Amino acid sequence: MIRLENISKAFGDKLVLDRVSAVIPKGKIFTIIGPSGQGKTTLLKLINLLDTPTDGKIFLDNRSIYERNQDITTLRRRMGMVFQTPVAFKETVFENIAIGLRYRHILASEIIRRVEEKLKEIGLTGYENRKAWTLSGGEMQRVSLARVMINEPDLLLLDEPTANLDPISTNKIEDLIKYYNLEFGTTVIMSSHDLYQGQRLADKIAVMMNGRFIQADETIKVFSEPCSADVAKFIGIRNVLPGRVIGSEDGMILIDLGGITVHAISNIQTEQVMVAIRPEDITLYSEPDGKMSARNVISGVISDIRPYGIISHVFVSCGEVSLAVQVTWQAVRDMKLTKDKEVFLSFKAPSVHVMPHEEISCNISESKRNTPNNSGKYFPISEYL
Amino acid sequence: MIDPVSAFFTAINLIITCNPDVMEITSKTLQITFSSVLISTIFALPLGTIINFNEFRGKKTLISLIQTLYALPTVIVGLVCFMLLSRTGPLGSFGFLFTPSGMIIGQSFLIIPIMTGLTIAALQGVNPILTDTIKSLGATKVQFQISHLRETRFVIMAAIVIGFSRAISEVGAAIMIGGNIKGHTRVLTTAISLQTSMGNFELSLALGIILLGIALVINLIMGFLQQR
Repeated sequence: MIRLENISKAFGDKLVLDRVSAVIPKGKIFTIIGPSGQGKTTLLKLINLLDTPTDGKIFLDNRSIYERNQDITTLRRRMGMVFQTPVAFKETVFENIAIGLRYRHILASEIIRRVEEKLKEIGLTGYENRKAWTLSGGEMQRVSLARVMINEPDLLLLDEPTANLDPISTNKIEDLIKYYNLEFGTTVIMSSHDLYQGQRLADKIAVMMNGRFIQADETIKVFSEPCSADVAKFIGIRNVLPGRVIGSEDGMILIDLGGITVHAISNIQTEQVMVAIRPEDITLYSEPDGKMSARNVISGVISDIRPYGIISHVFVSCGEVSLAVQVTWQAVRDMKLTKDKEVFLSFKAPSVHVMPHEEISCNISESKRNTPNNSGKYFPISEYL
Repeated sequence: MIDPVSAFFTAINLIITCNPDVMEITSKTLQITFSSVLISTIFALPLGTIINFNEFRGKKTLISLIQTLYALPTVIVGLVCFMLLSRTGPLGSFGFLFTPSGMIIGQSFLIIPIMTGLTIAALQGVNPILTDTIKSLGATKVQFQISHLRETRFVIMAAIVIGFSRAISEVGAAIMIGGNIKGHTRVLTTAISLQTSMGNFELSLALGIILLGIALVINLIMGFLQQR
């Protein structure tokens, strides 16, 4: 089990990690997600003893890794870290994978057996004598993973292991991570800026922004109940808006979003709130009809349509507010949706997620929020991912 | 007027006929140069590694000083060694003056800074992620340093070639410390110097071609090893 206790790290005046705490149970996959440059790599390097924190403690099986009588090399040998950029020693693939065993003075025959086994696991049998620097990025990252896992670490640290890889290589790496976690019970702490990867792999997710864990919870909980506007934006909810509670009706609260009033279910006590509505929870109609049974029905004018593969995001200006609605590419065509067309939006009260109002704390600049920029275009949320 | 074509054929002739004087001088040159390169490698690699991987006050100044010594004039090395090794000098009792051993010491002084500096430069050029990877894989301090040296072996081989080239081509230290004694301390460069002063330009040029030929062979061998 790994326990992080108020870890802080400063480089000069810059505070990169700010009192980070977490408990990672043995055999679990813990994923740290967050925009780039928020301290994820620094945290992993601290756990791997590649750097020392300015403050705080890290416990491995209830023992601080900074205790004076602990041997750093022995501790490091219980862990393994795969870095974002795959790096190869100027050796053969065999030697690249075997190097950790050579450090541990393992018998040559045992090294051969274990390297062959790992090559088979990563699907690179027959690559033993290839010069490692001739491998593709995806192949080299698999070798990096094998190079670590051959040492049978208790804890596997992965720093955005698929950040530079194509989707096929990413899938292979993800499969290997799951395999090693299930087969060997290896505890995994990985960082990623791909929230869906976090969702696919992790037992628990921590959202890191500005060097802090803003929310650390079960994966599904982070996705369904983001605790703040920043988290909501990061997990891909396009419609995150400030609002004001103006009353209640039928057990629901009424929130003024600036020109439009929406119904929501929440027991929030503050007047100023933030509201998140998923684009996929909003239904779009060309004209009002009887099917619109949802509590919230509003009209607006299409300001932009952006295709994302087979789906499109339709941006609808409703007074002062702009809402993104997810529709299929087919629907855009069938409904003849075009810019400046008047449409109607409908969404249920439970689809309106209400969060406390707060100042934007992460480094996402004002201009990059989900509002039109100077040229009238919208920045997709994926720009910060 | 010197005819370079004629000098080239003279050089070929001297090699083919195994001219005893030329063979002796060439053999002495190789013995002295290889010895000084070996000694320098033994000193420079660990020294460069220690300087690179340790933080201490004046580290940058020391590296700058080492780099400045790349341009150390060979006659200065010759002069200093002469003073150190002469009978009245602090190391006079060893009797190294006008011996091949003295010349090896002089050449080592000349090339240790280059090889140390290039070792430091090579180690500094290692990808920091690879450095973290080596640590992360559980290397001990010695394994960490050996892994870095292995990783930079091609650059270090180049440093050795540069050291060899500087040692084999220098004349100032060789003549001052060795004294250009025939059959004892005469090497290719000092022989060229002597033959030129005697007006035997063609022979000088022929010896020069042999010198370059040796450098070429060494470079080809190193190039072959680097490509493996």
